[in-house]
Order: sequence, then structure tokens, then C-alpha cells
Amino acid sequence: MYTPYAIILGQCILVTPIIVSFTTSALESVDPDVRVLARTLGASGFQTDALVLREARWGVVLAVIAAFNRAFAELGVAMMLGGNIRNVTRVLTTAIALQTAMGDIPLSIALSIILLSIVMTLSIIVSLARKR
Amino acid sequence: MMSCLEARSVSKSYDGLMALDHVSLKANASRITSIVGVNGAGKTTLLKILAGLEEMNDGSILIDSNEISVDALRSHSTMVFQKSIMIGGTVYDNVAYGLRVNGVQSQHIKEKVRGALDTVNLANFEKRKARKLSSGEQQRVAIARALVIEREILLIDEPTANLDPANTTIIEEAIKSAARSRILVLSTHNLPQAKRLSHQVIHLYRGSVIEDRDVEDFFTRPRDEKTRLFVNGELQ
Repeated sequence: MYTPYAIILGQCILVTPIIVSFTTSALESVDPDVRVLARTLGASGFQTDALVLREARWGVVLAVIAAFNRAFAELGVAMMLGGNIRNVTRVLTTAIALQTAMGDIPLSIALSIILLSIVMTLSIIVSLARKR
Repeated sequence: MMSCLEARSVSKSYDGLMALDHVSLKANASRITSIVGVNGAGKTTLLKILAGLEEMNDGSILIDSNEISVDALRSHSTMVFQKSIMIGGTVYDNVAYGLRVNGVQSQHIKEKVRGALDTVNLANFEKRKARKLSSGEQQRVAIARALVIEREILLIDEPTANLDPANTTIIEEAIKSAARSRILVLSTHNLPQAKRLSHQVIHLYRGSVIEDRDVEDFFTRPRDEKTRLFVNGELQ
């Protein structure tokens, strides 16, 4: 408890269902005929699986981004397991909560804008990469 | 070079429904064998079995009179599907995929891909996104992708269904050229196409072979009444 590792563990547990469900959905959305195609072109079982995963790659990326955004904006886990200790377990969300509680609204808004900017920049980069 | 692909008494059923009932046929190299029949006759199922993509319930497949396992069959054959399946990426990625997974060295891949694309009149299409091509162009990519891996047996399922005459002509020329050096089995319900391309025509009706003749005899002197009706466009 109250270590960065505790936060990491808590966030991992939090985002695992998101990653699993998004990734499963992405894999299921790949045309089943892609498997048949790979087999008839001489792919092994492993190469066939790799092709299906490649076809689902943007769904997997989306899963990772959704999980990152969820974890990055999470307050409860960071506060409960990290304890918001300065220079040890203080993260953006716990800092925002602290500044708000202390009444330093301008600083908490500034930190919120930084948090939102990081999340949005990442999403825009992925979106642009997907369109290329 | 392999000279003969043979199916002996092949049967296949799905949930108790007989898709193929003791089908036997022989397809020889350097000749085009067409399997014709109405929708649901079992043509695609038969091709998938000949390509080693489906297990049969009964019967055997032989190459040059030697029985062959499904895995070995798959390593000697490839199939082009009615619905052209493009994998994500460029035309080059699609055509090169089979070469890559078969361990062809990268310096040879480029020239082989170019050669295959030339065969289907798609030179300069290498960098185009495969999924953004027209259906006719996608089918030509699928043919090139199958040709480039140089398998001894090529199975093609309804290659020109719903395609315009220009694409049909290009694909038919590619098929004729491919047949010179391999065993080629084509499934179609396009009788003029079967007549144009084939040396041997097999009529599949409700999962059974009811006629297996040279193309000339098939269209002029069919033995089976159902074949006569089919040729005249009267078979339901």
C-alpha cells in the first residue's frame, strides 16, 4: 500500500476488463474468411493467428487507448492505494483533487487542462495514424 | 509436375444434410475442369475439400493415384474464393502475403509480385489500398495472390460472378494462362464461361455428379436429362 506499485497493480486490475472486452470484440469482428484465406495461402496456425491479430490491430490499439484513458483519469484507485504522498504517489488526478479541496481552483483547472490535453492528443494521434 | 487430382467417393454432410454424396471426379493438368451446377449444388464445398480447407466425412483425395492427407493437400493447392477477401494494407501486401508465409526470400518477393500483377493487368497498383479497389480489381488481386505462390493445384470459385465484361476477360485470360502449368478446377454457374474456358465439365446436382464429359459433348450431347435442362436454362 501507498507505493507506486500499489497504484500500478490497482490500475491493472481496473483496466483488464476493458482491454479484454475491447480486444475480444475486435478479434470477433475480423472476417472469419481471413483465416481460411491464410490457410489456403500456406500460413501455419501461428501465422494465421498473427494475421487475424494484425487485422484486428486497430481494435486492439483502441482497447489500449481506452484502458489508458480510464486509468489516467482514475482518482479512486490512485487515492486509496497510493495515498497521494507528495513526490511518491501523487499523480495528476490526486493533485487535482487536492488543489480543489484546498480551494486553489485556478491550479486545479490548469492541471485538468493538462490531463485532458494528454488524453486528447493521444486520441488524435491514434485517429490520424489509423486514417493513413 | 503433378498430372492428376482425383476425388473418390467424397461425401460431406452438415448437420445431417448431405452436401456431397459420393462425388468422384478426375481433373488433369494443363486442362481446365469446370464444375457447374445451380446454387446450392455443392460446388463450393467440393472445391474447399479439394483445397484441403474442409474435412470430408467419407472418401479420399488422390494426387497421381496416391492418397493424400488434408494437410498435404493444402500444401499443394490454393483456392480463390467467390467473395474476394482482401487483407488490410496495399495490393503488394496482399500478393506478397503467401510468399512471406511460405518463407520466400524478400529479394525474390518483389519480382514475383510484379509478375503476378502483370498477369492480371494490375501493374502499378502495388501501392494502392487493396480494400479501396473495385470488386473486379479485388478479384484480380485475389487471382494474382493465388498465382504467385505457384501451387500445382488451383481451385477457383465463381471467379467472375457480378463482374463487368472487361474484368471478366482479364480474369479469364489469367485463368487460361495459369492452367497451362497446373491442375485447375473452376466452379461456375456461368455456362458461356464454362464453354469458353473448359476442357472438361462436371455437372453437380444436389451434391451428386450427374454428368462428367468433355466440353463439346457436355453442351451438345448431354447424357443426363437434368444436364440438358440445365444447359437450356430450364433446370430449377
